[in-house]
Amino acid sequence: MSKKKNTIISALLLLALLAVIMVLERTLPPTHIALTVLKKGCIYSLVAVSMNLLNGFTGLFSLGQAGFMLIGAYTYAVLTIPVADRASVYQYFHGGVIQFSVPFFVGLLAAGVVSAIFAWLIGLPVLRLKSDYLAIATLGFAEIIRAFFQWDVLGPITNGSNMLRKYPSFTSVSFPFIVCGLCIAVMVLVINSSYGRAFKAIRDDEIAAEAMGINLAKHKQMAFCISSFFAGVGGGLLAMYQSSIQSMTFKSSMTYEILLIVVIGGLGSVTGSCIASFLFIACSEWWLRFLDVETYIGDFKVPFLRAGFRKVVFSVIIMAIVLFARKGIMGDREFSVEGVCRFFKNLGKGKKKKEAKE
Amino acid sequence: MSNNILRVEDITMQFGGVVAVDNLSLEVNEGEIVALIGPNGAGKTTAFNCITGVYEPTNGSVSFCGKELLESYPHGKMKKMYIGENAGRYTKRIVPTPDRITQAGIARTFQNIRLFSSMTVFENVLIAKHMRAKQNLFTATFRLNHAEEEKMRRETMELLEMQNLAHLKDEVAGSLPYGIQRRLEIARALATQPKLLLLDEPAAGMNPQETQELTDFIRQIRDEYKLTIFMIEHHMDLVMQISDRVYVLDFGKLLAEGTPEEVQNNPRVIEAYLGVSEEDA
Amino acid sequence: MDFINKNLPYLLAGISVGGQYALIAIGYTMVYGILRLINFAHGDIFTVAALVLVYSSTIMPLYLSIPLTLIATVILGLLVERVAYKPLRNAPRMSVMISAIGVSYLLQNLALYITGGLAQTYPSIPFISNSIKIGPATTKMVTVVTPILTIILVFVLMQLINHTKIGMAMRAVANDFETSRLMGIKVDNVISMTFVIGSFLAAVGSLLYFTNYASVVPTSGAMPGLKAFVAAVFGGIGSIPGAVIGAFIIGICENIIKGLGWTTFSDAFTFALLIVVLIVKPTGLFGEKATDKV
Repeated sequence: MSKKKNTIISALLLLALLAVIMVLERTLPPTHIALTVLKKGCIYSLVAVSMNLLNGFTGLFSLGQAGFMLIGAYTYAVLTIPVADRASVYQYFHGGVIQFSVPFFVGLLAAGVVSAIFAWLIGLPVLRLKSDYLAIATLGFAEIIRAFFQWDVLGPITNGSNMLRKYPSFTSVSFPFIVCGLCIAVMVLVINSSYGRAFKAIRDDEIAAEAMGINLAKHKQMAFCISSFFAGVGGGLLAMYQSSIQSMTFKSSMTYEILLIVVIGGLGSVTGSCIASFLFIACSEWWLRFLDVETYIGDFKVPFLRAGFRKVVFSVIIMAIVLFARKGIMGDREFSVEGVCRFFKNLGKGKKKKEAKE
Repeated sequence: MSNNILRVEDITMQFGGVVAVDNLSLEVNEGEIVALIGPNGAGKTTAFNCITGVYEPTNGSVSFCGKELLESYPHGKMKKMYIGENAGRYTKRIVPTPDRITQAGIARTFQNIRLFSSMTVFENVLIAKHMRAKQNLFTATFRLNHAEEEKMRRETMELLEMQNLAHLKDEVAGSLPYGIQRRLEIARALATQPKLLLLDEPAAGMNPQETQELTDFIRQIRDEYKLTIFMIEHHMDLVMQISDRVYVLDFGKLLAEGTPEEVQNNPRVIEAYLGVSEEDA
Repeated sequence: MDFINKNLPYLLAGISVGGQYALIAIGYTMVYGILRLINFAHGDIFTVAALVLVYSSTIMPLYLSIPLTLIATVILGLLVERVAYKPLRNAPRMSVMISAIGVSYLLQNLALYITGGLAQTYPSIPFISNSIKIGPATTKMVTVVTPILTIILVFVLMQLINHTKIGMAMRAVANDFETSRLMGIKVDNVISMTFVIGSFLAAVGSLLYFTNYASVVPTSGAMPGLKAFVAAVFGGIGSIPGAVIGAFIIGICENIIKGLGWTTFSDAFTFALLIVVLIVKPTGLFGEKATDKV
């Protein structure tokens, strides 16, 4: 199969997926859990891919994703709350200092840009650090950002530790699907470009990459800013989805969740991250819900089932994947039509071989 | 001589209290093949690392093609600890990162092969083309640089064909046999379009036949790409056959220099390699 | 004098909290010294210790439940090591770190499930919960007990590491994992011992720390855990005296910042300190520099 043909088939598949989503949206009741999973899954896919770009493709073990999402979410919310509603949202800060608002798409773009600017500033000192030191430093920065956004003095802008709300949000599924799809597509283009190759070279061997004339500082900074840009957009979308935000949401445990998604999907696989995001969200919001409900079979009460059990089972499953299927669902390969064909062909061959043996 | 391409002056590299390279000065002329030899731990690889910017030398300077490439002097903690020579002679700090040095036209290979092991042979060489391509993140992402990308791929393919590696282009580099990995590493260095090629023990782990092939190969690339070659090597057959001049390093200090014959017959060199027996001393 | 009177309570609280951080930080630093692993689950082990005491004290007297807490925490530490880290001994460092994050996630969710997400009243332990007057300040006995106990435990630990056979084995493994294995040291036993010591000290730290609080929630261990970790990095991760000194400095600074009325920034201060240390001297106060061979 030629490369062009492959691209066309992939594009067609995506369009078909979009069509299915639109149909689902029309047919399912608007509060159906499947729609929630799809919306949240899209957003998590975007953030997971952005983290994978850094951790899986560039080999920079960063744990700052929640911090950049927070910046994105706040930027979006602060810029898009309608002027008329500012007095009620910023009730403790006399309506805040910002007295204008921008359309939602400008807000989303600004979310990415502001987050990338922060990343650039943080990256200057931090990216010189190696492996676990980098992890600690980025984790630390995420916590600092959180404290900073809660600070009373910044209240007129960030509303201190109070909620931000009343900004434009979305209800349709196709909106996050299209936005996230476009963002992920751009990241895929970056990964497959000459710069993406340079990132992978840095991951494989920093010293050799440098000897090939790749400027380490510049390329690491680039990967860090791109990743943060999309984490920021993801944060903005999450704000839209939740329709109110608070800096308490973006704790380090959020970063951990995203990291676990990336690992489950496979470090270095974009499609893996997407699949894992939807699985993760579907399991935690939908399929494992029954574990949280006290259930009786006849008179017999099923043991353990009560609020919180779902998360326990869920984390055990995740641990099992981390320990026993270390490469995750996709390893560092990508999902492709060709790959699926090959898989089934090999399956067929295996069967034939077996039959021949018998 | 004025046609020197690489000129190393008074390079000293001190780690803590240990002087790994001690006041080393040498020159490599255009078109030459020069070897740097010496017993294990003599400081040969450290000297290479100083030239290519992996380490910042404690003192001394390096110029390339008549232009100053790097210079340093003891500073910070080393100010007090420095025990080398020529302490007051250098006053500037020019310390480019390794990638700047590669861009200037010095390419290198590594003693313990450093390929991008998860990538294919083709990609390994293609990466070397990244730095000379006229592109930026935007044009590369949205494929506005396809002419440039096309050119990079074409040149890579040509290079692989010339090095007889074309049939392996889709193999993952990490899974190749050792000898081919060595050749691929040299091909990758050539792809950066260097004027000077530094080879760190290219024949390490090769049998006599492979070593002979390597000898021809080094001569061939020198002529084909109009290169200057500066190499560290332990295989004396290779060194003696191929080198125009040889530098001998021992305990970080330059022990001798000259043509292969001169060096071979130098009593101090023989002493350094074979050691002095109790009675002689 | 007025200044001292005003700040004494904060200083005392700082020393006390510093001692508690120190006890947790030792666990981080010892594990890092030997496995080169940031044990993200250590803070959660600290929380679990508190919860064990909460539940056990409802069914048995404190003189039984305290030793039980210590033992249970040690067993949990060992279990985590065996299940989550041992299978990954030869895996890349990133995988082990991810596994640690996974364990932390699991323990948090487990605690959430068991407590139902509700705050659990922490029992008051006699003697160390008693009030005491130091100069003009009134405080709990634990404020005085903590630094003393910390110093005694660190002293014993240093004796253990410097003058016993297992201590020598620990130092050898920290220095060179592979070579010690070749020299016939049972590396797995040494690693288990490290986790036993680390968890034991975390349990003691937990007893002291939560005496100052009325209740425990599943996430109450996260912050002190992270701060102890910063203390370990600040002191030079891998160095025990470094971790202890770092912990005291952080505890004291943080409480003085609270005293100045900047409570929002007392947490951020710790992380700001972390960033400054990592940038200026990534190896911390007493850490050793690792070099890459090219």
